[in-house]
Amino acid sequence: MAVEAAAPPSKLRWGELEEDDAEDLDFLLPPKQVFGPDENGIKRVVEYKFNDEGNKVKITTTTRIRKLASARLSKRAVERRSWSKFGDAVNEDVGSRLTMVSTEEIILERPRAPGTKQEEVKVAGDPLASMGKAGAAIMVCRKCFKKGEHWTAMCPYKDLAAPTETSIDKPPSSENTATSAGATKGSYIPPSMRAGAERTGTDMRRRHEENSVRVTNLSEDTREPDLHDLFRPFGSLRFYLGDVGNGAALKLDVNMIMGRLRIFTTSINLFVVVS
Amino acid sequence: MRPILMKGHERPLTFLKYNREGDLLFSCAKDHNPTVWFADNGERLGTYRGHNGAVWSCDISRDSSRLITGSADQTSKLWDVQTGTQLYTFNFDSPARSVDFAVGEKLSAITTDPFMGLPSAIHVKRITRDPDDQTGESVYILKGPQGRINRAIWGPLNKTIISAGEDAVIRIWDSETGKLLKESDKEDGHKKPMTSLSKSTDGSHFITGSLDKSAKLWDSRALTLIKTYVTERPVNAVAMSPLLDHVVLGGGQDASAVTTTDHRAGKFEAKFYGKIFQEEIGGVKGHFGPINALAFNPDGKSFSSGGEDGYVRLHHFDHDYFSIKI
Repeated sequence: MAVEAAAPPSKLRWGELEEDDAEDLDFLLPPKQVFGPDENGIKRVVEYKFNDEGNKVKITTTTRIRKLASARLSKRAVERRSWSKFGDAVNEDVGSRLTMVSTEEIILERPRAPGTKQEEVKVAGDPLASMGKAGAAIMVCRKCFKKGEHWTAMCPYKDLAAPTETSIDKPPSSENTATSAGATKGSYIPPSMRAGAERTGTDMRRRHEENSVRVTNLSEDTREPDLHDLFRPFGSLRFYLGDVGNGAALKLDVNMIMGRLRIFTTSINLFVVVS
Repeated sequence: MRPILMKGHERPLTFLKYNREGDLLFSCAKDHNPTVWFADNGERLGTYRGHNGAVWSCDISRDSSRLITGSADQTSKLWDVQTGTQLYTFNFDSPARSVDFAVGEKLSAITTDPFMGLPSAIHVKRITRDPDDQTGESVYILKGPQGRINRAIWGPLNKTIISAGEDAVIRIWDSETGKLLKESDKEDGHKKPMTSLSKSTDGSHFITGSLDKSAKLWDSRALTLIKTYVTERPVNAVAMSPLLDHVVLGGGQDASAVTTTDHRAGKFEAKFYGKIFQEEIGGVKGHFGPINALAFNPDGKSFSSGGEDGYVRLHHFDHDYFSIKI
């Protein structure tokens, strides 16, 4: 319930000591200061002491005090608090890690806003339209679908939409995650769960073509690690870095199959051509 | 919120129950030792050693002095909560599953599974104040349901016993005579086995969860269907908040589907629904396996969930939980 982080003691150099008044050495060390829990619950304790080498050392201990629960206990409950341990708990020492406070902050995640599905279908049309624009940066925020204004991570309307992996509700989420997981990890996917199975007429090979996004006009120096970094927010992708060609407008081809934007549900095979 | 993780069990959790005052949390699991924890900080108080099989459920008396457990080793045991000593053992011919004290703890209802030709049954036993006077004889035994009875609880004022099980039919029995009073409608009822049943604080309504991916809210006296809550996963555990009009469902995917879906770590969630409008409020993620047990603290300010992963996660709600507008 208390997270402790100790800052390393800072050694004062003799030069600084001179400045600081040599008198400090004669007096007792400065007193321990406690900066009590502020509104974030952070308590700082600053102590001074002499270490083994005779140097004055300042130790700052930063603690976050979190009150997880306040129990207003009845009289009986207070008595129960002082019961002795029994069974397997008898030999428990205070440091036993049976009970731990989670390091992650878990929130009650509200469900996504309805309307998200329609918006995604719309955006497929937009990139196609902007294909002709020379040098236009395609900056599509996946959450509010405003082009060229901000990236997804910087979206001011974060709360509204869901991450794209789970954006399409039907078929049930388990099937979606199955296909994306299966394709991305390269793990075995049984025939019933493969992408091709339920969607009529699609087999493995076409799936590769369907999910491809072609990104052009990248810098000549672009390498795979850069692409990985750039496209990481979009999920796990496969890249094909093509040959250097001529400069051209940045194009983003999005393949739409059966009127649905499937790149969001399965893995994206990204064929990147530097031209 | 920062859940408190309690890893006291090596095997999946089966049941969680708070005592009436909300300061103790009892957890039952497939490892043979039910455990008691302090409900504010999750510190373990003790374990009850003695069973030889998975412990399926437990109940605690109103003064938190007696614990009753039902186990797959064909016994149900009475324990002293404070010291962990066994007070009495009820022996059966088949695994015991659900246990429930009646109001006043003079009686308890213990269900047994169908086993080797024996049908499932609900045994009602008298419980005496003094464990020395305790005998194992049943006041009466209720039979009738096909398949396992997963949960049987006492209805309002101990007048009835409500049972739910694998045959997806809820039955209300008269507790004086043992006669079957009501059965739930085929159309209203669940389509697949019911896994869990939990009643409201005043006992006027109860919620059942089923493998058909839904939970239903029923009236305890008339057995009419009030509400239905639909999820995407089979429901293993249900709980109702004593403070707000919220219902929580916990579940997971079928074991057969595990290898074929992406079980990303920590993705199993307890789903909150508004009780009245049946709409989803949100989910609390974190478990690494399907959730098998849910319980709300009687003060409504915290809840705990137990999963297939052996962890009990104790959540104290943040301030904004109490101001959620649907």
